[in-house]
Amino acid sequence: MLNNSPYFLKPASVQSVMLRVLLALLPGIAAYVWFFGAAILVQIALASVTALAAEAVMLHLRGKPVMMFLGDGSALVTAWLIALTFPPIAPWWLTVVGVLAAIVVAKHLYGGLGQNPFNPAMVAFALMIVAYPSLMSQWPGVGFSDLAPQLNAIFGPRQLDAITMATPLDALRTALHTPEARATVAGVLGSDASFGNIGGKGWEWVAAGYFLGGVYLLQQRIITWHMPVAFLATLLVISGGFSLYDATRFAGPSFQLFTGGAMLAAFFIVTDPVSGCTTPRGKLIFAAGIALLTWVIRTFGAYPDGIAFAVLLLNIAAPLIDMYTQPPVFGHKNKPAARP
Amino acid sequence: MSALQRLFKFHGGVKPAYNKEASTRLPIAVAPMPASLVIPLHQSIGGMPRPLVAAGEKVLKGQRIGGADGNVSSAIHASTSGTVVAVEMRLMPHTSGLSALCVVIEPDGRDEWIARQAFEFRSASPGQTRDFLRDAGVVGLGGAVFPSHLKLNAGKHGKLDTLVLNGAECEPFITCDDVLMRERAEAIVNGAVIMREILSAERVLIGIEDNKPEAIAAMDVAAAEANCKAGDAAIEVVSVPTRYPAGGAKQLIRVLTGIEVPHGERSTDYGVQCFNVGTAYAIYEAIALGQPLISRIVTVAGNVAQARNYEVLFGTSMKDLMALCAPLPDSDRIVMGGPMMGLLMPGDSVPVVKATNCILVGSQALFPPPPPEMPCIRCGDCAKVCPADLQPFEMYWFSRAKIFGKAQEYNLFDCIECGCCAYVCPSRIPLVDYYRFAKSEIWAREVEKEAADVARERYEFRLLREEREKQEKAAKLAAKTAAGREKAAAALAEAVKPAATPEEDAKKALIAAAMERAKAQKQEVHPENTADLTPEQQAEVAAIEARRAEIREMAKPHLRQDD
Repeated sequence: MLNNSPYFLKPASVQSVMLRVLLALLPGIAAYVWFFGAAILVQIALASVTALAAEAVMLHLRGKPVMMFLGDGSALVTAWLIALTFPPIAPWWLTVVGVLAAIVVAKHLYGGLGQNPFNPAMVAFALMIVAYPSLMSQWPGVGFSDLAPQLNAIFGPRQLDAITMATPLDALRTALHTPEARATVAGVLGSDASFGNIGGKGWEWVAAGYFLGGVYLLQQRIITWHMPVAFLATLLVISGGFSLYDATRFAGPSFQLFTGGAMLAAFFIVTDPVSGCTTPRGKLIFAAGIALLTWVIRTFGAYPDGIAFAVLLLNIAAPLIDMYTQPPVFGHKNKPAARP
Repeated sequence: MSALQRLFKFHGGVKPAYNKEASTRLPIAVAPMPASLVIPLHQSIGGMPRPLVAAGEKVLKGQRIGGADGNVSSAIHASTSGTVVAVEMRLMPHTSGLSALCVVIEPDGRDEWIARQAFEFRSASPGQTRDFLRDAGVVGLGGAVFPSHLKLNAGKHGKLDTLVLNGAECEPFITCDDVLMRERAEAIVNGAVIMREILSAERVLIGIEDNKPEAIAAMDVAAAEANCKAGDAAIEVVSVPTRYPAGGAKQLIRVLTGIEVPHGERSTDYGVQCFNVGTAYAIYEAIALGQPLISRIVTVAGNVAQARNYEVLFGTSMKDLMALCAPLPDSDRIVMGGPMMGLLMPGDSVPVVKATNCILVGSQALFPPPPPEMPCIRCGDCAKVCPADLQPFEMYWFSRAKIFGKAQEYNLFDCIECGCCAYVCPSRIPLVDYYRFAKSEIWAREVEKEAADVARERYEFRLLREEREKQEKAAKLAAKTAAGREKAAAALAEAVKPAATPEEDAKKALIAAAMERAKAQKQEVHPENTADLTPEQQAEVAAIEARRAEIREMAKPHLRQDD
């Protein structure tokens, strides 16, 4: 049976899209390894294997062609994003459970590739940070990059106090929230070398790596400018505004943009096409909404980072936003009036 | 070509491999006369022409063999002189594999023309010119085969700003317009001059994609000559960026004038009209030379040893034509049109018709079967390339779920089926197939709904009729009894003559009044919704009534007597 027109297609595939996304993550991962050791690679491997296994089982149970879908690379993208948002020294089962939640529940129980209303990686993050807040808050400090203790942390009995610390974002939030401390942003950020120059020592370079990967995705036209720009600009404007208003209580934009998962979110998480908005205006609103909620949760909330919750909340709103932001079709924009 | 011409961009579009070189190396050749010509009567949009010849009749080249059925139709002519051997159903050049009425002509080899005479359009009324073109069978040769005479109407404003000639030819492989412009530029421009006069157009813009420098050069020379003759600079050749589908009429109008003509509206109302360059050539031949449309340039390309353009008589079988180009042994399909929008042919026996701009021979190597369809990941690539600014993935979603109302809300019918979305889709979803499916389902439902409406209307009319008949019967009865009473009263009056009392007079007056009323009622009874109708609606009602009467007549023997 021969197909109908068009008879030839541009060489493009879901697999090629996903592989290029993975490729774009590499600079950030390289910086990550450089500053925080090889543990992240172990986590990525762990997450990848779990994701592929879970994907294969679910595809089989759902009666789908296993090899065709396993090769599409979407499970790997989810796995890598989970590994990169979880603490690199998280115990192995934390990553495994997170990946299973993402692949089995958030992806396949909702209908598999292309059908999930929520970003699977963010479902995993939100679930685990609610269930295991302390484990999700233990991050390696710069300098604790030896593989042996890291492996021990991942696979062995937990004796972590020596090498873990909160992320800069978390540390700042805790310090500012402690009532008796009367801490100021400048005081906290200046108190410890681990806060680095911009957004936390080491983390600013990882963020720069993600930024580089994001530029590649833009160049490859896998993502459009709308979401990263709206996300980063909103975060910049709101944190800048509040920092101007009271610099002792609100961290400035450079810290907000280069700390935590902001850069990763801007180019790799917010931009997930399946669970996000698709119209140009919708993308702007969607990403700006995530940035706003992220800032609110980071500043006033009880969790170390707010991106996951912000993304999930906007995921729910995405279809509605899309519905109200449909671009005008041909002949209906600045419609030239028919001549009188 | 003016450097000052400001161009506009249309949204989206793609740049597929063009593959146009192979068929432009050699000049246009005249395809040899085939042993028989199968000329379908229905070759354009609109009504199917009535056959004007019967088997056994001799016909001349250019003789009308199919008369236009109403104004939205176009005549059909014999492509050569010979004998009509049959008027019968033959396979049509359409994917459906359906047959339709064709006139089969056996050429006599003399190729003898009818008496040809140029049409003096300057001394004719616009209506007469349009009738002439309808009877000359001129239709849009870009592929849509819309009757040209219907478009040669300046619309409600009486004049046009811009006449656009479409020489963009954006589909890969097709070069028939390209070679026509290279070789017969002067005739095309002469056609444009005629069309400009008919439409009273201010200016003529000839849009050609910039991958056809030879055609642009040739057209430039012809346009300069025409401008020189006319003493103005009304005709301009404009090179437009090569991007599929720049040759879509609406896209080209947008590129050249910045005007977007919305779906379902007439471009003349926006002061612009667009014709294919091949159509301009056909109009020139019809009006200046008196030759009806009996042939066209057809590109034969794809999986053939020697791709080339031929001037082909309508009715020539695709098999005969392809044979001239030696299709390679692994050929597995024939496509009429280009690889983006072309139609798969049901076989090689089908004839070349007015819509045949290209015969594309395909093979598994040239057009490999698409990889298995993956789920949509909403990447939005389809929306990025859609020249109609649609959200194809939303339309796909609703078409697939058979939520056709929603698909329509997302402007399904603005889709021009250009194939850009399917071309770029990383999930390899045959998107256009889904839209075709949804459109045909919606059309089918509309037809069904219409049928249901007609049935309901009939039922209501029957109720109305029964009510009316009841009233009529009652009135008759009343009249009868009234008449009886009157007679009796008269007899009584005769008997007791002098005793006419005032009461009896009153009774008589009452009876007379009742009769008056009954009479008036009888005359007044008619369905109220037909009170104030336009003449067209009245005509329609009359036609429907006539059909109903016919059906009632036919049904009479089968009905019970009392019905």
